Amino acid sequence: MLSIKNLHARVAGKDILKGLDLEVQAGETHAIMGPNGSGKSTLAHILAGREGYEITHGSVTYLGMELLTMAPEERAREGMFLAFQYPVEIPGVNNVYLLKAAYNAIRKHRGEEQLDAVDFLALVKAKMQLMEMDASLLSRAVNEGFSGGEKKRNEILQMLVLEPKLALLDETDSGLDIDALKVVASGINRLRSPERAVVMVTHYQRLLDYIEPDFVHVLAGGRILKSGDKSLAVELERRGYDWVLAEAAA
Amino acid sequence: MNETASMSTQTSDVEKLVRSEYRHGFVTDIEADTVAPGLNEDVIRLISGKKHEPQFMLDWRLRAYRHWLTMREPQWAHVRHAPIDYQAISYYSAPKSKRNAPKSLDEVDPKLLETYEKLGVPLHERARLAGVAVDAVFDSVSVATTFREKLAKAGVIFCSFSEAVKSHAQLVEQYLGSVVPYSDNFFATLNSAVFTDGSFVFVPKGVRCPMELSTYFRINAANTGQFERTLIIAEEGAHVSYLEGCTAPMRDENQLHAAVVELVALEGAQIKYSTVQNWYPGDENGVGGIYNFVTKRGDCRGNDSKISWTQVETGSAITWKYPSVLLRGDNSIGEFYSVAVANHHQQADTGTKMVHIGRNTRSTIVSKGISAGHGQNSYRGLVKVLAGAEHARNYTQCDSLLMSDRCGAHTFPYMEVKNPTAKVEHEATTSKISEDQLFYCRSRGISTEDAVNMIVSGFCKDVFKELPMEFAVEAQRLLAVTLEGTVG
Repeated sequence: MLSIKNLHARVAGKDILKGLDLEVQAGETHAIMGPNGSGKSTLAHILAGREGYEITHGSVTYLGMELLTMAPEERAREGMFLAFQYPVEIPGVNNVYLLKAAYNAIRKHRGEEQLDAVDFLALVKAKMQLMEMDASLLSRAVNEGFSGGEKKRNEILQMLVLEPKLALLDETDSGLDIDALKVVASGINRLRSPERAVVMVTHYQRLLDYIEPDFVHVLAGGRILKSGDKSLAVELERRGYDWVLAEAAA
Repeated sequence: MNETASMSTQTSDVEKLVRSEYRHGFVTDIEADTVAPGLNEDVIRLISGKKHEPQFMLDWRLRAYRHWLTMREPQWAHVRHAPIDYQAISYYSAPKSKRNAPKSLDEVDPKLLETYEKLGVPLHERARLAGVAVDAVFDSVSVATTFREKLAKAGVIFCSFSEAVKSHAQLVEQYLGSVVPYSDNFFATLNSAVFTDGSFVFVPKGVRCPMELSTYFRINAANTGQFERTLIIAEEGAHVSYLEGCTAPMRDENQLHAAVVELVALEGAQIKYSTVQNWYPGDENGVGGIYNFVTKRGDCRGNDSKISWTQVETGSAITWKYPSVLLRGDNSIGEFYSVAVANHHQQADTGTKMVHIGRNTRSTIVSKGISAGHGQNSYRGLVKVLAGAEHARNYTQCDSLLMSDRCGAHTFPYMEVKNPTAKVEHEATTSKISEDQLFYCRSRGISTEDAVNMIVSGFCKDVFKELPMEFAVEAQRLLAVTLEGTVG
């Protein structure tokens, strides 16, 4: 589904990614862990199409397409979704209005019929119950005045409504208390299926207690230094990252 | 006070915010009766004569003209333009058709009707969707007013100003200049001398006008000024909602538009005046466009009266206008809701004046300025509370949205408070449309264009919700067109 080969990227003259390789197949869940500043969020943003990064080397194919030439909205319409670490506030723009515009833009791209307001609302309300969200969040402006936890739930709500093929989760667990974490994790688990893939960027092992990954990767110094199964995450939690860095240097 | 904000932060997507074509820029090829450029007493006599005006009208015009000769153009606005040669302007242009004004739409030149169809203002009464009565002003004269009979049944007078001068001379004489005197300011005084047409509305005591009233202004002829004058009177307990729309062809020369609008609200009356202004703004390099120098003022003359101005200003090379309310009656209410866009090289200096005279008077000001390209947008507002205005209240909110790193937003709020019981609040924000917001929307599958529209509409929401339903949709569409292509 996603194939990243020897990706090099820099921002403001500084090299962030230095030869990153990653293969993700449909049905898989990957966790990317690593110390601060290792390039985890950069990777998520580059995949979603954020501008401001200079790709100096390498290639990324997504469902057989050259991902790096696609505009962010094209990527989204082809089933990619990024749950933001810090979702932005958009004053005056109704939360459900944005979501409906996104939903219908994606359907239009697929040649499917647009959903009208009534049907769409019913769909969203059902998904909101899963996320244990208050219905009032629908009529508020996008993320405006939302608590940290509400913002994260809202991201996952959007994901459940848009049903992406590839979900990228950028530090979705940060700032969540344990109850909220469980709700968010169950939302993500609900999306998992043989046709979809999930790539989670996270600092902490605790998210992986609720969302069991098939693969765990250590990203440091702009490269994947080590890959393993979920036991690697447990080991990282216990030993930190230094030993991986030392191993790679050796 | 002067808060000036200029953007210098990084812009890539937003940077491209500058390409949209003016959609009403066509010229209608129609034979016109145009007076040679220049201004003197003979020209004024000629205009008055062509319109068969009563003597009081001519006398008033001449008084205004003589006063105008002693005045100088105001220089305080935050706008720049080459000097205007008032002798190079033609002060009268009318479509040449039948000798007398058309009595029904069947007599209106089909080309004119076509023009209004193109503009999306169908004049045929049966084609009107929402039952909005329309008065269409083409260059200097009113060409058609619809739904007059239905309005007449309710006792509402809605006609062109020229006709009102003839058929309702007494009302005109009583109210004309009672809110904006002929000596008021340079442009209003010029208008008083040379105005050629406009709309007249009279809603008698206790009547709620059964439909929205609307005037559509169109400048067509080259080198003409448009000087229209609107007078709306709502008697005791009367209610009326009025909308004006404006467009002009694309021309390389600047054209002058100096209008005057006077509103009078007697006891318990309510007037809602909405404007969607889309005069030709000039091209990307700032060539051409309308100079829109307008004086609009409402007088809450009676107790418990209310006047509300809502404006969406997307056009004009220069906009200079401050719709104001004199809150004379006790408990009267004044409101001003504004969206002003300055794209390319447009300059907007707009705002309001709220003058609290009566007791318990209240005013609300919500101003949203959008600057793109090299546009310069200034909010200029005065809140004045006189000594007798016990317990006056004002709330002002003034927000600016910047869409490029070469545009500017400026805020000039003035306050003069002479009564210690008054409460005056002012809030101001300046923000830019952020890469983060755009990327967020795009990462959800929404195109850049739609994302910009969504974000800008969100910014303007507090104003749009004050517009009558159909016009809110129109305004939103217009804003989208104005800012079209502004992002990659």
